Amino acid sequence: MHGRSDLFGSQPPLLYPPYRSTTRRAPSRPLIRLPESLSDLHMPVYGWWPIGETDNDLTRQHPEEPQGQRITVAGRVVDEDARAVSGALIEIWQANAAGRYRHAKDAHPAPLDPNFTGGGRTVTDADGRYEFTTIKPGAYPWRNHDNAWRPAHIHFSLFGSTFRTRLVTQMYFPDDPLFPYDPILQSIPDERARHRLVSRFDLELTRPECALGFSFDIVLRGHDATPFEGRV
Amino acid sequence: MTGDTALIATPSQTVGPFFHHGLVPHADPMADRFPGGERIRLLVRVTDGDSQPVSDALVEVWQRGVFGRMPTREDGTCEFETVRPGTIPDERVESQAPHISVCLFARGLLRQLHTRIYFAGDPALAEDAALGTVPEERRGTLLASPDPTRPGHWVFDVHLQGERETVFFDV
Ligand SMILES: [Fe+2]
Repeated sequence: MHGRSDLFGSQPPLLYPPYRSTTRRAPSRPLIRLPESLSDLHMPVYGWWPIGETDNDLTRQHPEEPQGQRITVAGRVVDEDARAVSGALIEIWQANAAGRYRHAKDAHPAPLDPNFTGGGRTVTDADGRYEFTTIKPGAYPWRNHDNAWRPAHIHFSLFGSTFRTRLVTQMYFPDDPLFPYDPILQSIPDERARHRLVSRFDLELTRPECALGFSFDIVLRGHDATPFEGRV
Repeated sequence: MTGDTALIATPSQTVGPFFHHGLVPHADPMADRFPGGERIRLLVRVTDGDSQPVSDALVEVWQRGVFGRMPTREDGTCEFETVRPGTIPDERVESQAPHISVCLFARGLLRQLHTRIYFAGDPALAEDAALGTVPEERRGTLLASPDPTRPGHWVFDVHLQGERETVFFDV
């Protein structure tokens, strides 16, 4: 049986054998549905980490600028009824322009960039809006299958207004030729839902002589009343 | 986006193995938020279907509005310094036994997993509404056990698969 979180076809299954790591990590027994009255826990009452001045600008965290194409990524966080989610903590992390993470276990033989760490955070404003400045990450190889490459992506983490709306996801760039070969993106059954993860090139966001703009809106879970078929 | 039609929620994707610069630890002792409670060290240990330690998981815990999170180490464990739920002097009694909520992320998990840590031996366990939804033979997977060699230390095992697979909730 499908549980509440895959009811809408918008969520990937836990077991998706083309993504090999799921086979020994996905629980094999069905999730047990918690009554909503028990699961609707509120967010921490003590607030989040203090947000630093350069936390949402990944190009200004070192003495010099990182290598790569400077970009702005901005959008709105809303719930399933299109209401703004304000005060949501957004954290991001990504590879550098060459497709390498600053991480001890990343063995991809591409250069590290001394001027790029690849982590950022911000909080949405009253209208649910956020904005990051960063560089476009490179695609990178992984060992999932023969000649496997991840499409360029930025990892996103969001804390909405309750425990149930916690979301970790990935943002992709338009028209990436790697999409059909990527089991992580393809694990999402519905094409419209997959499309939610692809940012849109946005000339309005693009800053002259400075940075290309990509817009990426995020829809957090709100309620479970509407079946997937009725959604847009 | 109008108010009449519900939107498709943004799908979840795995945290992958390299989240450490984005999802930084929140390691301040949670115990400091609960003066007067019984201080404990809570060790969470995550293993996969081959009983191997999961060394690239992220464990988030929530206890009465207080948040903590830690990545697992090479041996699949991480540790929190908190108080035993139910021992805070003015803690109000609910229809639930004292517990800590857990949200687990890892490479190989396309979505987060939710579970709960209860404390073995707590007389309130029998009355707990969430435990009541769990088949009796699996309830034990939600109990932290006291470490017999170290007073004040508790251990909670998360088995992603296998005979003792932990109960995960659809919240
Ligand atoms: Fe990645």
